[in-house]
Amino acid sequence: MRPVRFNIHPKEAAIADAIGMGKAPDGVPGEGFFATQLSSVVGLARKNSLWPLPFATSCCGIEFMATMASHYDLSRFGSERVGFSPRQCDLLMVMGTIAKKMAPVLRQVYIQMAEPRWVIAVGACASSGGIFDTYSVLQGIDQVIPVDVYVPGCPPRPEAIIDGFMKIQDLVGQESIRRRNSEQYKALLNSYGIQ
Amino acid sequence: MSLNNEIVQEKLIEKFGDQVSQFATSYGMLSFESPKEMNLKVLQFLYDEPSLAFTFLTDICAVNYPDQKGAELVVVYHLHNLKENIRLRFSVSTSLENTDVYTATKLFESANWMERETYDFFGINFVGHPNLKRILNVDEMDYFPLRKEFPLEDQTRIDKDDEMFGRG
Repeated sequence: MRPVRFNIHPKEAAIADAIGMGKAPDGVPGEGFFATQLSSVVGLARKNSLWPLPFATSCCGIEFMATMASHYDLSRFGSERVGFSPRQCDLLMVMGTIAKKMAPVLRQVYIQMAEPRWVIAVGACASSGGIFDTYSVLQGIDQVIPVDVYVPGCPPRPEAIIDGFMKIQDLVGQESIRRRNSEQYKALLNSYGIQ
Repeated sequence: MSLNNEIVQEKLIEKFGDQVSQFATSYGMLSFESPKEMNLKVLQFLYDEPSLAFTFLTDICAVNYPDQKGAELVVVYHLHNLKENIRLRFSVSTSLENTDVYTATKLFESANWMERETYDFFGINFVGHPNLKRILNVDEMDYFPLRKEFPLEDQTRIDKDDEMFGRG
């Protein structure tokens, strides 16, 4: 018997079968062309290349580290590149308790992100303050910035974070490219006092 | 000669007479009180007296006893003699109406942030403190959260319906 027993099994012959491709949007295919809506193409590109910005303050951040690592592998969803500059990132992932003193910092990070930008609140604390029903903790980050997806859990498992991430992908893929210029969107930001 | 709680107590009584009171020992640690006007004199004496030499300020904190009328707030100093490894606890009490207490920052630099924290949570007005403003809580906070008169829950919340949490 070999002392080291990995790599004794032959590799799968057709590795291409194991690769998932993004589904093409509805459209009119033809010889050398494919006609579809611009927003579908933009949505397809955006949703499969989201750059997350982790804003991790506590235990949910540890779950996110597991989500990013090889076992759960967030990069399968096109998020290989986790950015730490708000200017480069599309998706703000808020994981953990946000104290009231941290709220202006979080808001500033959100403002520094370029449009289009999405926000996911991971865990009970980011979504609602969680168990910290107290004077020092922000009772949900939606008091200072708009949130697209909430992930429940204390902390949520990596599967739950991935599920929330896929919900964000659905939102991103279906979003009209004009949404960020709409009156409703401006009213939403104005209701948070942004711009 | 080794220092012990009895010697500390004797020296304090010898120096301050009946201005120091309520001597007690719990878990081997001496505690006593004095009027709040005396706090600096007592701390200075404990610092300067060569045989006592309580030169290290471990902690300052406060306690709120809402039932002690006229002495609702108690400021507690924890002191440490590093050479003899003896600790003591010294407290002064003050009323809610007049929370002025002299600052210990001239004696201990480390009192600066501790007094800011005590001000932040209990509203003790440390007279003479160089920078008495909130240190841990948001600057906009308009109350002192660890006083007993404030309930634990954030009263401004509108999103928690009691019935949904089984306490309706």
